[in-house]
Amino acid sequence: MEFVFFLSAAVKAGTCLLYATLGEIISEKVGHLNLGVEGMMQIGAVIGFIAGFTFGNPYLAVLCAALAGAAGALIYGVLTVSLKANQVVTGLTLTIFGVGFAAFFGKAFVGKKVPEEIVTFFQPIKLPFLGDIPYIGQIFFNQSVYVYFSYLLVIAVYIYLYKTKWGLNTRMIGENPVAADASGIPVDRYKYINIAICGALCGLGGAFLSLVYISIFPVNLVSGRGWIAVALVIFAMWNPGKAMLGAYFFGAMDIASFWLQKYNLPISIYFFTALPYLATVFVLVFTSIRKHANKKEPAWLGNNYFKEDR
Amino acid sequence: MIHVVKKDIPRTRDTIIIRLLAILGALLVASIIVIFAGANPINLYIGIIEGCFGNLHRFAATIQKMVPLLVLSLGVMVAFKMKFWNIGAEGQFLMGAVGAALVVRFFPNLPMPVMIFSMGALAFVFGAIWLLIPAFFKAKFGTNETLFTLMMNYIALNLVVALQYDFWKDPGANGMPKIANFPANALLPHIGGFNLSIAFAIILVILVYFLMNYSKIGFEITVLGESENTARYIGINITKTIITAALISGGLCGLVGMFQTAGISGALSIEITGGLGFTAIIVAWLSGLKVPFIVLNSFAFAVLLQGGSYIQTAFQIPGSVAEMIQAIILFFILGSEFALHYRFVSDKKKREVA
Amino acid sequence: MDSVRCFYSKGENMNTQYVVNMKNITKVFGKVKALDHVEFSLKKGEIHAILGENGAGKSSLMNVLNGIYVPDEGEIEVKGQTVTISSPKDALDLGIGMLPQHYKLVDVFSALENVAAGSRKTTPFLNRKKILDEMGKLISQLGMDIDPNKKVYAMSVAEKQSLEIFKVLYRGADILILDEPTAVLTPQEIKNLFQIIRKMVAVGCSVIIITHKLDEVMEISDRITIMRKGTTIQTVDKKDTNPEELAGMMVGDVMELNIPWVDVERGEKSLEVKDLTAIDKNKVAVLDHVSFDLYAGEILGVAGIAGSGQKELCEGIAGLYPIKSGEIIFDNTNIVGKNPEDISKMGISLSFVPEDRLGMGLVSSMDIIDNVLLKDYKNKKGMGISRVISRRKALALVEKLNVSTPGIENHAVSLLSGGNIQKVLLGREIELQPKLMLTAYATRGLDVRSSQIIYDLLNNEKKKMIPILYIGEDLDVLMSLCDRIVVLCEGKVTGIIDPRKTTKEAIGLMMSGVMEEGKKA
Repeated sequence: MEFVFFLSAAVKAGTCLLYATLGEIISEKVGHLNLGVEGMMQIGAVIGFIAGFTFGNPYLAVLCAALAGAAGALIYGVLTVSLKANQVVTGLTLTIFGVGFAAFFGKAFVGKKVPEEIVTFFQPIKLPFLGDIPYIGQIFFNQSVYVYFSYLLVIAVYIYLYKTKWGLNTRMIGENPVAADASGIPVDRYKYINIAICGALCGLGGAFLSLVYISIFPVNLVSGRGWIAVALVIFAMWNPGKAMLGAYFFGAMDIASFWLQKYNLPISIYFFTALPYLATVFVLVFTSIRKHANKKEPAWLGNNYFKEDR
Repeated sequence: MIHVVKKDIPRTRDTIIIRLLAILGALLVASIIVIFAGANPINLYIGIIEGCFGNLHRFAATIQKMVPLLVLSLGVMVAFKMKFWNIGAEGQFLMGAVGAALVVRFFPNLPMPVMIFSMGALAFVFGAIWLLIPAFFKAKFGTNETLFTLMMNYIALNLVVALQYDFWKDPGANGMPKIANFPANALLPHIGGFNLSIAFAIILVILVYFLMNYSKIGFEITVLGESENTARYIGINITKTIITAALISGGLCGLVGMFQTAGISGALSIEITGGLGFTAIIVAWLSGLKVPFIVLNSFAFAVLLQGGSYIQTAFQIPGSVAEMIQAIILFFILGSEFALHYRFVSDKKKREVA
Repeated sequence: MDSVRCFYSKGENMNTQYVVNMKNITKVFGKVKALDHVEFSLKKGEIHAILGENGAGKSSLMNVLNGIYVPDEGEIEVKGQTVTISSPKDALDLGIGMLPQHYKLVDVFSALENVAAGSRKTTPFLNRKKILDEMGKLISQLGMDIDPNKKVYAMSVAEKQSLEIFKVLYRGADILILDEPTAVLTPQEIKNLFQIIRKMVAVGCSVIIITHKLDEVMEISDRITIMRKGTTIQTVDKKDTNPEELAGMMVGDVMELNIPWVDVERGEKSLEVKDLTAIDKNKVAVLDHVSFDLYAGEILGVAGIAGSGQKELCEGIAGLYPIKSGEIIFDNTNIVGKNPEDISKMGISLSFVPEDRLGMGLVSSMDIIDNVLLKDYKNKKGMGISRVISRRKALALVEKLNVSTPGIENHAVSLLSGGNIQKVLLGREIELQPKLMLTAYATRGLDVRSSQIIYDLLNNEKKKMIPILYIGEDLDVLMSLCDRIVVLCEGKVTGIIDPRKTTKEAIGLMMSGVMEEGKKA
């Protein structure tokens, strides 16, 4: 029983990661490595909280978080897509900016409580039928609507990437923008849109933390989860379904130290916090050895596309 | 229609002008945030300068902040020169610190010169190993080094967390998760605000400069980074070059671990990096991978860091404002790169050139 | 509805027999006239070959038709309408599609995904079944062997080529341009390709093939246009001509060039190439039992259409290309299998000017001194490098070759003009005082005066009794400069001749695959 609670908590813990990971997958699929995930999550978290606190409206809070995240992402977008700036450096700068931004604007709200309306709106709701399934129901179907939305999002992202022509074009750009351009696909436009979506989802991931996961706004909220999300993208091999499983696994590791304190395990609990990264390294190496082109990173990831004639 | 076309390598004069314009633009935009924070931008910017050069003590602090950033950037540069994207400076920094702390923990009674030397040596080795792992996989299997070195950062961080909160936790710290301070013989000697790491840094700058410009290995690294074909053509041993570059790059970043623990914090903790490993990447990149510019840009950045720290107390501005100003300046400079490397050309003209 | 666009539609003017009419096309790049008042026309449903040597202007002309170049003068009519084509997209809208030189396919995608991406026919929610149906119809119409679900990384070169052709047709092209399509194919695959082309024509397409292979031209084409040095020489019907005539038109009359041939009595045998064979990663033989000798004091030319094995020959001798079998004897040792550095130490120097001029021996971001240093730096003992000797050599070569540069130091070579970069490359090799020189395309893109300097340099080396292997594009130059010429075609030696005793036409035939009299295949 205890274990079921643990898993249920793991799902909750993994949800913020899931949002951000799905966002970053979309960005990387179009060829853009955005290391600003931490920054965008921070911005989303703080703006989401401020909007929620000020207006008391959950929809508005979430919307503001998404827009704020997208705005941050667009700074990255303009710099890397149109101004051809180096993606790694720009992403890192976005993180510096986001962390500073969140600390600055969040300072006045430290210690404030999440408004009643929002707490109520996002409280766990047990789904009829599905919530009654033994074990599974407890873990997956007794959660906040914020979590349920993430389930839908996984499906939506999967359909987007693999079942629509926009997803196909997006993936083509990430693999070979020269080919995409030659096929008549407007490369820059696709990049901007995908990058913006990434920002919005990262913002939503951050807002999950500030609106659902905690009840009182703390000083260090996101504290590095953005980087876990970046790792998770690799671990999930850029696949939405795997991202979901990975998010819950990483989420479990995140809370493992708290849960495992009572057991006298021979391994240090810090092994669990390192495990996601170790597992990711393993996946990285494994996929590069196997030469299974399918599971590797998009071929053009990290490189800007410069349209030269011919 | 207007097209964008790549320009040749820009002249130094143009680079300086465009950079200055970028900084000006950034300061203008940042002023908005400053006003929001309730301070006068002009005063604030002057405050930053004052915070760095106002008196000797502050100047020492500025230089002291410059040292780790400078050496980290040098390390990152060596790898970048070979187009090996080492994003793992943070991790190598931390592992170097672990190496230094290891010496202190197991041989606490060494005489200071021996102690410092051993700490430095082990810091270098640990940092080097930390980069050699991704380098090996890149050389052998083509594993993406950007992602691998990035992950190594967090593995290193978790290791230090484990040490700080568990294995090496200081029993005498009243339950606070802390590793014991280094004994006096493990601390870098200092005069006023300047400690010995500055001397080391100066030596390293000279060494790295000579390495890259006047040594065989530096030459080979540059050629390999430029074109693998040409490297093979003139008989460069590619694997050997990658390993050597990784050793130097990781080692330099690891050394900084010793500088910071033995010189500034006096102990090993997860806070020692302050994100400098990432900052170094930005500095190295913006310096065009050239040593003189790295020195210049690390100094400029140190001014921002020290100034930022000063205005917190002087103006009652939270540190986050300084961070945002930093980021805005960087955004503008990154954007200005475009003006340096590309220009606009009309359709008709472009056809002629083909 | 046919996936392939049908040709007839109302409103086309009387001249519907010609789908493409190019008149008076001129294109100038700087000082070079790539196309000089070229006339070209394509009849509906025909297979039209454009034949010519390197630099004849074939690709340039097709680039104009495909919208990559905009002509300075001239008019283009497509299907009876006068048009302006300023991008490949415009061309495709008119029904013109070109098979790209570098395949633009995504490796991890299947054939279907590559075809569907970016296509206007693709619906928002990918209807795989519908696409499969459409693809299937077109595939069977053309008799192609494409598995829509096969991933590109699992495909052979021929399959990728078929896919590229398919892509273009799927997007509605009915005028197809194929640029040297058979270069990478095995004989069987070439047969398949020709069958596909015939089927394409049967469903209403018109095809232009750029090629230099006479036997293929005779097999597949209806009409042939020969181009030379940027102009069209003639357009003939296949049935009215034969390979000899075509070869003759291709190479033209001997041009009187001002390249002095220096009569030096040749010395000892310096290099012996015996039965050299090399295969590339597609298992195609790029060198096929190549044998010849090189003597001191001679310039031995290597003639052949681009891609006949010249690059691999040079690289093979220099140790940069893996040799499957055969021997290369230099200085009484077989150097096959030695590494490039050792071969270089033995005195064999290679200066190869690739199309982009950099990357094969020069580092673009380094200055001239450092580029000279590339070859010298290992000579100094210890860990350091000294630029003293390199500086001296750099100064010497800049002066000798009249290299136009603001400085030899701190000025990246990439900033020099193309011709000057080549001078640096060659000059550096000469300063090394090699015992044997391999030089390829040394005068690529250079103007007359700069080329002259290069020829003089080479002649100087020849007088010093240095053996020189000279690979060049321009047959006229080869005939003037060289003592003997080895003719390569598809990796085989088709002839070793004395240019002063052989007709240009005969050489042209050898370049196209016809063996020299008395030689066995």
